[in-house]
Amino acid sequence: MKTGRFWAWLVFILGAVYFFIPLIATVEFSMRMRRGAYSFDAYQIVLGDERFQATFMYSVLAAIFTIILGVLVVVPAAYWIRLRLPQLRPIVEFITLLPLVIPAIVIVFGYIRMYGSNSPLPFLASNTGANALLVIGYATLALPYMYRAVDTGLRTIDVRTLTEAAQILGAGWGTIITRVILPNVLIAVLSGAFLTFAIVIGEFTMASLLNRPAFGPYLQNIGANRAYEPAALAIIAFAITWGCMSLIQILSRFAPKSANRPN
Amino acid sequence: MAEPFLSIQHVRKSFGATTVVEDFNLDVEPGEFVSFLGPSGCGKTTVLRMVAGFEEPSAGKIVVSGKDITRLKPNQRNVGMVFQAYALFPNLTVAQNIGFGLKVAGMPKAAIDARVAEMLEIIKLPQMADRYPYQLSGGQQQRIALARAIAPKPKLLLLDEPLSALDAKVRVSLREEIRSIQKKLGITTIFVTHDQEEALSISDRIAVMYGGKAEQVGTPFEIYNRPATKFVANFVGTLNVLEGKVTDPASGKVRINTQEVSLKGKLNGSKSGDTLSLALRPEAISLGRQPGHDTSLSGEIAEVHFLGSVIRVRVGIGGNTVSLDTFNNSATPPPAVGEKADISFSSGDMLVLH
Repeated sequence: MKTGRFWAWLVFILGAVYFFIPLIATVEFSMRMRRGAYSFDAYQIVLGDERFQATFMYSVLAAIFTIILGVLVVVPAAYWIRLRLPQLRPIVEFITLLPLVIPAIVIVFGYIRMYGSNSPLPFLASNTGANALLVIGYATLALPYMYRAVDTGLRTIDVRTLTEAAQILGAGWGTIITRVILPNVLIAVLSGAFLTFAIVIGEFTMASLLNRPAFGPYLQNIGANRAYEPAALAIIAFAITWGCMSLIQILSRFAPKSANRPN
Repeated sequence: MAEPFLSIQHVRKSFGATTVVEDFNLDVEPGEFVSFLGPSGCGKTTVLRMVAGFEEPSAGKIVVSGKDITRLKPNQRNVGMVFQAYALFPNLTVAQNIGFGLKVAGMPKAAIDARVAEMLEIIKLPQMADRYPYQLSGGQQQRIALARAIAPKPKLLLLDEPLSALDAKVRVSLREEIRSIQKKLGITTIFVTHDQEEALSISDRIAVMYGGKAEQVGTPFEIYNRPATKFVANFVGTLNVLEGKVTDPASGKVRINTQEVSLKGKLNGSKSGDTLSLALRPEAISLGRQPGHDTSLSGEIAEVHFLGSVIRVRVGIGGNTVSLDTFNNSATPPPAVGEKADISFSSGDMLVLH
């Protein structure tokens, strides 16, 4: 028993060392900008950089639109599949997994060919169109996480019976979705939203190839030309992602406790 | 004759090639409590769901108060329903759950609050208004579900096995409460169950269903004492079935093994030599010849089970076995296995099953 515990601790410590030493080294390096003393100079330079603010705000905005698009597409789709088309679930699950196996670069090249300025749908002919295409691309990249989060949330409630109970009490589809289904899967939707946010904030390939002023390409650009600032940026990006994950954990405690059993 | 409140006319429902309800017909009077009783898969819930509007009949129509509601959506029918799985909205409090239908109907808040308070009084849970469903027991949740269903004053109340998920004690008390509330409000109710005791104890009428059809519709007394078919006789209560052969249709003589009984007036349409299934309820049979019983059969004690206040005896009569219960009497020991014994009964209690 004690031997087993020893090995468990050893594996845990090795794993922690593997993850934390590079992180600590990056933090340490990011604070060595001032010669002979630790400082937050690199952070001050990064945070004070107009391009940082502009690209970060652009990515935040893109993330918000991606989340809205994802929720509008995924919640009704996942709900309808659970309610009326359960036989389609394996197919839909497979489709939602495709963005994980198809590289973003393949998707974005497809977009450029399909939606170039000479195509019938010339998304790339204008800035607004390109921004819209980027949001659609991000929604595709986040689909596996958003769909799974929402589907897991729907699994914790008896979707069919709750829908029927609301219907028989006179509710229409709008009321059912907004007053019955969404409040009961809100935590799952928020989890999906924060995962989407974390993906969008650091995404490089799509933004770069669609030539969008996003945070990912800015990170890459700084990394290629500066010494200490990229380390500071990496830590900032890491903190944002970690913050999102922590919010998921905190919010999950407020999930409505269901008396119903999943199907 | 007055028009029925609910009329289910020639309703059929098929899912692909499978027909689950076949030519179902039923008229329900205002304020009546009708139970659909039958085994799993007999179509009882499907009929209820068609009345609710969750399933569309493949043929036939459903009429409420003279209005054809067959193609109406569930939210246009003004029907209340209680589900087996409670189906309370987990994100809403008890008061919000009960007031849900009223809010959807656009009732003012003050009126909703008053109606919710009234409902909580009716189900005897006035102190639970601010609780969430997960803070309630199964029985309490089902009472809230009942209050939620009747709060908007529906024309018709549908109960889909509402007691199945509850433990035995709560089930008995809640079924009595449901019946008492139903009588008080005078609301026409359809109750789906597979539990014969539940159906017999609270219904005005029972529709016994099998294979997608109503085998018999009648009062609990009729269903139990005069089952119309072999299925109803077997499904409702315990029944002894004996095989007999008609010897003289005119005088009602039937031979059971080597003994003859007289069933005058019960052999309509039978010919000499026909084989019949004859049924007797255990409580109609006495051990030994008893005054008032005009028919007796001789046999041999096959099994004796001492159950305390009751002794269950099985008597072999030729190839048939008859089960009967006698009260324990401390002065008389139970019969011994292998002992010769007579059983007696009134020929009027013997049913001919078709």
